[in-house]
Amino acid sequence: MKFIAEIFYLIAALLFVVGLKKMSKPETARQGNALSAFGMLIAIVATLVHYHILDWTYIVIGMLIGTIIGAVLARIVKMTEMPQMVALLNGYGGLASLLVGYAEYNKQYEQVINPDVIHTIDLYTSITIILTILVGAITFSGSVIAWAKLKEVMTGKPILFKGQQFVNAAILFAAVGGGVLFSIDPVNNYLLFLFLIAIGLTLGITSVIPIGGADMPVVISLLNSYSGIAACLAGFVIQNNALIITGSLVGASGIILTKIMCKAMNRSLANVLFSGFGSVIASSTGKSEHGEVSPVNVEDAYALLEAAGSVCIVPGYGLAVAQAQHACRELAELLEKNGTEVRFAIHPVAGRMPGHMNVLLAEANVSYDHLYEMDAVNPIIETVDVSLVVGANDVVNPAAREDKTSPIYGMPIINVDHSKAVIVMKRSMATGFAGIENPLFYKDNTRMLFGDAKHVLQGLVAEFKKN
Amino acid sequence: MTLDLLVPLIFIFALAIFLGVELISRVPSILHTPLMSGSNAISGITIVGALVAAGEGHNMISTILGTAAIVFAMINVVGGYLVTNRMLEMFKKKEDVK
Repeated sequence: MKFIAEIFYLIAALLFVVGLKKMSKPETARQGNALSAFGMLIAIVATLVHYHILDWTYIVIGMLIGTIIGAVLARIVKMTEMPQMVALLNGYGGLASLLVGYAEYNKQYEQVINPDVIHTIDLYTSITIILTILVGAITFSGSVIAWAKLKEVMTGKPILFKGQQFVNAAILFAAVGGGVLFSIDPVNNYLLFLFLIAIGLTLGITSVIPIGGADMPVVISLLNSYSGIAACLAGFVIQNNALIITGSLVGASGIILTKIMCKAMNRSLANVLFSGFGSVIASSTGKSEHGEVSPVNVEDAYALLEAAGSVCIVPGYGLAVAQAQHACRELAELLEKNGTEVRFAIHPVAGRMPGHMNVLLAEANVSYDHLYEMDAVNPIIETVDVSLVVGANDVVNPAAREDKTSPIYGMPIINVDHSKAVIVMKRSMATGFAGIENPLFYKDNTRMLFGDAKHVLQGLVAEFKKN
Repeated sequence: MTLDLLVPLIFIFALAIFLGVELISRVPSILHTPLMSGSNAISGITIVGALVAAGEGHNMISTILGTAAIVFAMINVVGGYLVTNRMLEMFKKKEDVK
């Protein structure tokens, strides 16, 4: 009967593919997600019907608990906390794959020690099991650390210590060496197996703690990929096509997003993973050519905006921290009513994960056809009358273009300094997340509007309503 | 497990990776967060393995491990799809915005 189950798995896999395809447009994305969920339902039902399920109690209990927890989590999570949520879900996926690998090994092991059956664990099975265990464990513990860093349960700064590279190399060596030993003789190495789970968990922790909070978008993308690879490997273990196809789809998606994120930060993946960004910054202070900043008050900023024919709003994570999305949308609406063309320019790494800022603005009811990618805005930025920078800093820092000594030199930025005027909304003159001096603030066409983003935006809204 | 059985699996694996790369490259950055949580939900396909492990009834330890795997995979699946839907619901065009 496995044949029929396989057909249903194929249908499920096709639904995942069509679902992902529909994810490429905002109009069809929701439908795509629904199709994908339907595919999952088919895969689950096919499994329940066609495998020899002997005991339903645990399955029903497990599914009920998981469904309730998942549904509650999805309902209560705030949009600003989405990166943590995705990290956590990733971790659970990895953990599930690890447990599947463990269960399979345990099953095989019990058969071997059973004197009534002749059974051996072949090399293929032992290799795939141990790979599943290791990748699953790394995904799980790595995701938990990423979650803790984003949630600020632990410090977002890179945790570095002397000889760290050496310790990591040693753990990696233990994982590979232990894996080989286990694969050769899986029957007599139950303890080694448990030890390797611990090694995998440790490796996940030690490889994520040296990465700074600002680099978490890359880490989340990468862990997303790992969770797919773990599922794929579990598929090799139980020789299930559905798992292999789907796992590799997700694995590929994570790798691409990782690549996009690295490109947006102008850093190699190796640099993100092994360097500890914070420590790099501290060593290169860079030159600080201070000029005069020109502060303005809300009334002056209003006058500038009121007269502008086109405005480009550049939001950063500071906007979300100040909970100012709604005030920002209101200002944009008033500007439009005033006959101003409004664009939101969104840098790929704005927010805490890929595409995070778009979700936050969508939540505030900003229409998505107002959201522009960096590459769409930069060619027309010179025609923009006023660029309004709200809670963004490094992504508009011209040092990335001009100053070869700057740590962010080469990173693609939104060239707001090329627009006719710039208003930077900022709490104080403090440096941004990456701790880098920003020459934009001292340019002739830049006006600094100090204050809490929400209050200042509400002030501007009030000005518009008054006049 | 013979090589004859392994080769088709690797075949499928290679083609799926290629397909994944093609599909994801087309998704605009505006949708990257829902894409990530959505593909995350898909990786909960491990649920299939978990169901088999928990239901075969080979021995107690495997059943317990399988049941735990079901719980976590199910959180991954249900949480992932619902939260993705919640996000995508918010993406509206001008005419749809009240």
